[in-house]
Amino acid sequence: MVLSASDKSNVKGLFAKIGGQADDYGAETLTRMFTTYPPTKTYFPHFDVSPGSAQIKAHGKKVAGALIEAVNHIDDIAGALSKLSDLHAQKLRVDPVNFKLLGQCFLVVVATHQPAALTPEVHASLDKFLCAVGNVLTAKYR
Amino acid sequence: RLLIVYPWTQRFFSSFGNLSSPTAIVGNPKVRAHGKKVLTSFGDAIKNLDNIKATYSKLSELHCDKLHVDPENFRLLGDILIIVLAAHLKDFGPACQATWQKLVGVVAHALAYKYH
Repeated sequence: MVLSASDKSNVKGLFAKIGGQADDYGAETLTRMFTTYPPTKTYFPHFDVSPGSAQIKAHGKKVAGALIEAVNHIDDIAGALSKLSDLHAQKLRVDPVNFKLLGQCFLVVVATHQPAALTPEVHASLDKFLCAVGNVLTAKYR
Repeated sequence: RLLIVYPWTQRFFSSFGNLSSPTAIVGNPKVRAHGKKVLTSFGDAIKNLDNIKATYSKLSELHCDKLHVDPENFRLLGDILIIVLAAHLKDFGPACQATWQKLVGVVAHALAYKYH
């Protein structure tokens, strides 16, 4: 799976529209993920996972930041997220299936807030991008 | 969107004519008609929430024996449906999404249930 030039342009364009709301999108993504897929909470036993919690806000901001970093270095996502990839492989070891779940929830957040921007083509590009990010984060698992 | 986001799903629709681009897919009348069929079928599940397996029993056999569809495709379709709902409905909060993800999961399971 390779990001084409138009995929990259679609993703950059979408994130430009999201702008400063990215942190909120991150938090909402996590809330939706914890609500929709309860087993994902097993990775956050130390968290207050109630919607709007300070920890969800902070972590949502982290997740959004990582996605933005990937968008800004979309020609070399592996390079941009290398340290995060190490972290997930050595310390966090989140089962790979969960990245798809997070991705699905991010797509839903974008769909609810930017329905006009999420055309079928942009949807496809964003889905590919989120897969690519997930692949990078699990690349060093074994 | 299923055919655009996961293009390999087009393998089941070689009789649908032009699926060569997102524009072609969006404008394809066979795609539209099939979308109507699928959503109408979802409506049947909602009318029979206590008995979804029975509701889909024959369809499950059809998808296995005649259509030869990998059940993974039902999960892909379910996820896409959720995103479409999210884009169109005014109120699609976390609890609503969670419920609908469960429903599409149950439908996917029911459609796969008679596979052998």
